[in-house]
Amino acid sequence: MSAELQIAAKVVELVRELAGRSAEAEVTVRHHALALTRFANSAIHQNVAEATTGVRLRLHLDGRTASGSSTLTSVDGLRSLVERTLSAVRVTPPDPAWAGLTKPAALHISAGHPGSGEHSGLAFGFDEATARATPDERAARVRAFVDAAGGLETAGYCRTVYVSAAFANTAGQAVEGRTAEAAMDGIARDAGADGVARLAASRLADLDGAALGARAAAKARAATAPAELPSGQYEVVLEPTAVADLLQNFAVFGFNGKSFVQKQSFAELGKEQFDPSVTIVDDPLGSRGEPAPGLPFDDEGTPARSLVLVRDGVTQAVAHDRTSAAQAGTESTGHGTSTSRSWGPYPSHPRLEAGPAPAAGSPGASAAVAESARPLVARMRRGLLVTDLWYTRVLDPKTLVVTGLTRNGVWLVEDGEIVRPVSNLRFTQSYPQALGPGRVLGIGGESVLLPGAWEDARYAAPALHLASWNITGNASG
Amino acid sequence: MSHFDEAGAAVQAALDAGARYADARVMVCRTESMTARDGAVEDLGSDESAGLGVRALVGSSWGFYAVPDLSEPAARAAGRRAAQIAAASARVAGPPAELMPSAPVTASWASDCAIDPLSVPLSDKGDLLVRATLAAKEAGADLAQAGYAIWDTHKWFVSSEGHRIDQHIRECGGGVTANAIGDGEVQRRSLPGQYGTRGWELVDELDLVGNAPRLAEEARELLTAPPCPAGETTLVLGGSQLALQIHESVGHAIELDRILGWEAAFAGTSWLDLTRLGSLRYGSELMNITIDPTFPGALGSFGFDDEGTPAAKRHAVRDGIWVGVLAGRDSAAVAGLDYAGSVRSDGWSRLPMVRMTNVGLEPGPHTLDEIIAATDDGVFMETNRSWSIDDRRLNFQFGCEIGYEIKNGRRGRMLRNPTYTGIGPKFWQSMDMLSSETVAWGTPNCGKGQPGQIGHTGHPAAPARFTNVRVGVHG
Repeated sequence: MSAELQIAAKVVELVRELAGRSAEAEVTVRHHALALTRFANSAIHQNVAEATTGVRLRLHLDGRTASGSSTLTSVDGLRSLVERTLSAVRVTPPDPAWAGLTKPAALHISAGHPGSGEHSGLAFGFDEATARATPDERAARVRAFVDAAGGLETAGYCRTVYVSAAFANTAGQAVEGRTAEAAMDGIARDAGADGVARLAASRLADLDGAALGARAAAKARAATAPAELPSGQYEVVLEPTAVADLLQNFAVFGFNGKSFVQKQSFAELGKEQFDPSVTIVDDPLGSRGEPAPGLPFDDEGTPARSLVLVRDGVTQAVAHDRTSAAQAGTESTGHGTSTSRSWGPYPSHPRLEAGPAPAAGSPGASAAVAESARPLVARMRRGLLVTDLWYTRVLDPKTLVVTGLTRNGVWLVEDGEIVRPVSNLRFTQSYPQALGPGRVLGIGGESVLLPGAWEDARYAAPALHLASWNITGNASG
Repeated sequence: MSHFDEAGAAVQAALDAGARYADARVMVCRTESMTARDGAVEDLGSDESAGLGVRALVGSSWGFYAVPDLSEPAARAAGRRAAQIAAASARVAGPPAELMPSAPVTASWASDCAIDPLSVPLSDKGDLLVRATLAAKEAGADLAQAGYAIWDTHKWFVSSEGHRIDQHIRECGGGVTANAIGDGEVQRRSLPGQYGTRGWELVDELDLVGNAPRLAEEARELLTAPPCPAGETTLVLGGSQLALQIHESVGHAIELDRILGWEAAFAGTSWLDLTRLGSLRYGSELMNITIDPTFPGALGSFGFDDEGTPAAKRHAVRDGIWVGVLAGRDSAAVAGLDYAGSVRSDGWSRLPMVRMTNVGLEPGPHTLDEIIAATDDGVFMETNRSWSIDDRRLNFQFGCEIGYEIKNGRRGRMLRNPTYTGIGPKFWQSMDMLSSETVAWGTPNCGKGQPGQIGHTGHPAAPARFTNVRVGVHG
């Protein structure tokens, strides 16, 4: 039994002692070790690490619910947490939406679905070396990135995260698991033009700082002296870094079970809302050989599993915790979090399935173009190649109209060739409409793993060729 | 109970391990939040967190380590670890790191608080939220939500230069939202979530229950209101929207770490160039922006920042000219400035960084009614709905919850989905009327840094008028 599961069991025991047998309780214990080496102006300027164990208790008693958390894990600290939460639940208004506890259920893990802890006795892909990575190992990758940029100014980070977690409830569910991840994200800057390279991995060893630095530098060099373009509808190829933003907004606002229940999401189950080439899967357990990016259970103890959100253009599912699932008349999909009751449950490991194996990319394609995007660029008659989307915000949740800007490299493409760099553009675009039936002209042949801007999400995205993207202004005015 | 000893042990251990400067913060934080929806409490959380973060400067490089353990052995180990991390930073070292001089301070500070928000019975708080959402539902909301949040933070700060400062900061606030769901769209009206470094009296003043019916009625009316027309016009902004305009297009732009390129990859840089500090025209002569952590009750108020610098008011923009930045001791030293005082972290486990305090617009001579009366043709917009700005903090586009036509000096038809867009300095230079009706709006969700941190910032602001602004951008 892991240290985290011991703490969770202790809290359950304290609940029994202090609140009696009628209390329903669920406990999540999460040890989180995060280290991040950050560089700017081609030097490490922030180098941080922290290791925290947090305990979260949700208590339901006499029809009322309250939650509490603490980083104090001594017996006194745990007792205080239970007493505080018990005091809160006794004066809380009734909770008619309580959906009950998860019953004992086995985790969906196997040698083919790696990611659990060593205590499960199963084969898994967890990488000890990543969990124990040193600041020197991260600094070495930063050194390689900076050197590969060939004198361009660089900025970014290299991080490693290790999570060991356990869940227990008074209904008898008790599970544990571990995960580790690494990510690197950096830009290179040349005469006011930025280029980016980023990658997520379950093994720090899979991150090649030199390769990333070279890619970022190639993009920056190819993006200097940009021209301005007028507003209008443009055909686009979005690189995986930009597609990740689409996945994030679809996940948080569209495939959010609470938004769906409240009729504030575009999602309509069983309806062909996307182009038939689009399939989106939430995959916390990993697939196709890469270790699991997430834990094998959620904060309500529900085993995690792959969830097909869109198959062949038809919306199939949204993410649920126990509360939104009960309201929708269905089962939890394992997306309960500490905030899912208020914010709503959403997929945090979405993958846009790659397209069929592409025709060979243009042999002379610029190193500035992501590999997955090259075949798509090669067949674009006139349009934009977009590296990254920036500061995207939802104007209307129902139609998922989003405004934002391009960043880190945009080029005008004519007859399959990059003709010139373009300055950053503002867009205002309905995301479901952009991927609607007949709007997707091509999907890249490889999904690239990308880190979320905030640490607990990961995206798998290929490049995407879309018929139209609504440019509403130029960033310079 | 004091935690100076643990912080002091961490600092000494870092020095013993080779640091030439170190500081440490112990923080004990309690937070409480509740949300209600459609007449029932939806979520109630009460969180406690305690830990120590230590920052060490070895040679020219920084390291930071944080632990949740407040024992002295753990504190010493954290100090040593921070020094080790700093040493690793030297593999990719930058120019020599210096700190702007700071006289050692021994002090205590506590924010003003008339009603301790944690002492208000949970049943009363729940009842308030339930009644507010019921009032909105009864007035026609399809979905009504209300919530509050409380932060109670004790800090003990020790530096190797002799600082010993403890602070107790209490913050809270809340809001209510009414949604109306139409055919293919959702309209929302909310009391702008208001937060401050104050006690529960702030939430009482918001009158969540009393405002809820009006919000619901406006949300319903928005479903059938005409869309905001597209074009260039005179724009009058309400105070809460102007607060966010200040936050995004001034507050972030004057962060010295952004100007120096330290946030270039994630948050971006700034269009401002230090060589033009003191001469660059940022806005019209009506534009006076202050950085003021002493502003009573505003969400960015404190006694000392997280480097021990005492709170002080200064101008960022005076009569339209850019004159000041938000700075820390190290960034100020690089830029050759003689002030700091704007460095904070969102908890013991995060590295302190340049953060907005209270960045506000000083009041003008008019009232909102006078501004509207003086406008022949324009649009009034209020309450933020969406916000987006480029990585240099120049090109912005904001959406508001509600708009109104202004015709011949009178407020006319309601307009739905109002948006406006522009370029920061051009926009601020077009400000030609400014109200005196200042409110210190609070922004409790400002994201910055890696690992990500959530900052609490305050923005004193009053309604203002801008000319030749592009409005009505739609997808």
